[in-house]
Amino acid sequence: MDLPLAIDLARAQFAFTVSFHIVFPAFSIGLASYLAVLEGLWLYTGRAVYLDTFRYWVKIFAVVFGMGVVSGIVMSYQFGTNWSVFSDKTGPVLGPLLGYEVLSAFFLEAGFLGVMLFGMQRVGRKLHYFATLMVAVGTLFSAFWILSANSWMQTPAGYSINAVGQFVADDWWAVIFNPSFPYRLVHMVLAAYLTTGFLVGAVGAWHLLRDKTNARARLMFSMAMLMATVVAPIQIVAGDMHGLNTLEHQPAKIAAMEGHFDTHAGAPLILFGLPDMDAAETRYAIEIPKLGSLILTHSLDGTVRGLKDWPREDWPNAPILFWTFRIMVGIGFAMVGLGLWSLWLRFRGRLYDAPLLLRAAVGMGPSGFVAVLAGWVTTEMGRQPYTVYGLLRTADSASPLDAPAVATSLAIFAIVYFAVFGAGVFYLLRLMGKTPEAGEADMPTGGPIRSAGTTPALSLHPDRRAHPGKAQS
Amino acid sequence: MTLDFALIWAGLIAFAVLAYVILDGFDLGVGILFPLMRGEAHRDTAMNSVAPIWDGNETWLVLGGGGLFAVFPLAYAIVMPALYMPITIMLIALIFRGVAFEYRWKTVRAKWVWDISFALGSLTATFAQGIALGALIQGIPVVGRAYGGGWWDWLTPFSLFTGISLVVGYALLGSTWLIMKTEGRVQRQAYRIAWFTGMGTIGLIGIVSLWTLFLNPVFMERWFSMPRMLFVAIVPILVLATAASLFFGLNDRRTFRPFLSAIGLFVLCFAGLGISFYPFIVPPSVTIWQAAAPDNSLAFLLVGASVLLPLILCYTGYSYWVFRGKVSEDEGYH
Repeated sequence: MDLPLAIDLARAQFAFTVSFHIVFPAFSIGLASYLAVLEGLWLYTGRAVYLDTFRYWVKIFAVVFGMGVVSGIVMSYQFGTNWSVFSDKTGPVLGPLLGYEVLSAFFLEAGFLGVMLFGMQRVGRKLHYFATLMVAVGTLFSAFWILSANSWMQTPAGYSINAVGQFVADDWWAVIFNPSFPYRLVHMVLAAYLTTGFLVGAVGAWHLLRDKTNARARLMFSMAMLMATVVAPIQIVAGDMHGLNTLEHQPAKIAAMEGHFDTHAGAPLILFGLPDMDAAETRYAIEIPKLGSLILTHSLDGTVRGLKDWPREDWPNAPILFWTFRIMVGIGFAMVGLGLWSLWLRFRGRLYDAPLLLRAAVGMGPSGFVAVLAGWVTTEMGRQPYTVYGLLRTADSASPLDAPAVATSLAIFAIVYFAVFGAGVFYLLRLMGKTPEAGEADMPTGGPIRSAGTTPALSLHPDRRAHPGKAQS
Repeated sequence: MTLDFALIWAGLIAFAVLAYVILDGFDLGVGILFPLMRGEAHRDTAMNSVAPIWDGNETWLVLGGGGLFAVFPLAYAIVMPALYMPITIMLIALIFRGVAFEYRWKTVRAKWVWDISFALGSLTATFAQGIALGALIQGIPVVGRAYGGGWWDWLTPFSLFTGISLVVGYALLGSTWLIMKTEGRVQRQAYRIAWFTGMGTIGLIGIVSLWTLFLNPVFMERWFSMPRMLFVAIVPILVLATAASLFFGLNDRRTFRPFLSAIGLFVLCFAGLGISFYPFIVPPSVTIWQAAAPDNSLAFLLVGASVLLPLILCYTGYSYWVFRGKVSEDEGYH
């Protein structure tokens, strides 16, 4: 048996660590915005249910955010350890984008996170709300820059290549707003919102199944279902536009996603099948005639290119792309379905009173994470065999690697991630299993940090906290 | 006249690394001292003194890594493979200590597991950082535009020694931080520990400094050629003065001065390293200008940094201000 090549191990390590990582930001982007909305509603209406729900989720946010930070630090160093040639060549273009992410997003989030988690009693409501907003804005800035960098690797623009072989920017505007970036940004931010929405909805539904009068659970469920009703259809449209953009710039990726090996006019839509790279055909295909051309070219007889148009060594992995794409799309439509179902019951006034819907919502709780992972696998493996699409091959990007060293670090990462993040998920599930109460407690470590002499009078009258309309004493 | 962007960025990256070393240094130090603390209440107090700010502190590490990638991509591409194992170990250790901040409060049964995770993670991350520093000081062989050495080059008696030194140094920062932020028994213990970590740090600074001089004749020349020597000699003199300030501060039971003196020691050591290294970013062969990205990359990021860095310093300062004052021992976890 041949030992795996160092580069395959390095790819496996990157795929493993980035897959673990993306789950946390996908959740924290959405949750930060949700918390900002909840706190804003509390300040505006003064109703305690918003504060209680805020406090319930902020405890979960703290854990998720911590896991995102530590898994993210790994990413910022892995470019250098395993992909040093890539780092040297793309550093002048991608480096500043990541630099802007750190400066505009990470510091903003980290700087205000402490105030958001522990500072309610120290700074008063308005400043605390400002901190919550800054954390939410920080997560969105972070998404902006990292997706810009990722999109540039997919659809590079605004660059030239210098004497030592590095990519250098000619036009920063073109680099940042490269052709696929706007589509990817919208698609991912909506995905983060939906992911959070469905998890919040599942938690709400879980508690409604036990007690359908719980006001916090009703609020969570209602808001989440509204998110599903409104955002899931928008996401389908955004995803379609993103797909058409991919067709324009990375047609081989689309060919693999659709399981097309042969180029033909009036191509069918292959619903299911088993793409076989060796035979260069999709076996057992269940097809709808002409629909593939209609979707991709908006014409029944439009030409859709197949993988055979490209040299064999430039093909991405068709079976994986074909299936991960279908998983993502399938979940997307299931989300739309749940949204419409909930809308129907909402109009009939039975939103909190339909066990079947509640059970379905619980079942769909993790669906956003699966869709996000499936979507990222599709787009990232679809970029292969390149790191910078069409310009820098993955095989030419790696460090001068030593297989045993990469294998060792991969094994360590695998064990540690499963143990540490497994424990984290366990604690998260336990937090979500707790019933959201009226008068929900603040962050558990909030108490001890308070020091004598700086405690605002507010916190001495905890019963007054729920009435933000009154002037602060 | 044109700006020397590479030099400006070398200064900014150096600032980010120094900020990281000082800020995460004291909260890693608190983790290193964790096993010495008696009783859960003491450990709770110690951890709470850094809980609201550790995250921001660690962001400077991301800026160090991300910034190096952005403005000195060649240095990043050479140093990271050279330090593959210490960096990987540091990252893993930081995971263990980072999650402990949250997980520790989520369980009663397994709290001890996350105590160990926090302490061992802090210790290991520090040790790995010290080893990485030592490996950088002793020099990294370069072939073409890549690392040219072996996978175990980083492991030498010198790098192990710098690893131990950094552990003691961070423990000094941690103990003086606790002096400043706590009271009662935790503070009294921190005073006792600070004597040992202070003396240890001073001794180790001396040994590492002398050892460094003999690693590379260039380092010797940086310090002992005239008239340079007259200027650089001020660094060791200031180290002695700062050490005196530290010990007088401890003796007089001052609360702020020990911590500020410990920071002073780190700043001076960092300045000393700068004197030895300059103009190299990867000693002994790659200079700041060779490693720098093209000027338009440096200028593009500098525009943002010149606005955002001052803002970051402002709101980081604000966050420290919000959580100022003593962390009380009596107000336990509830």
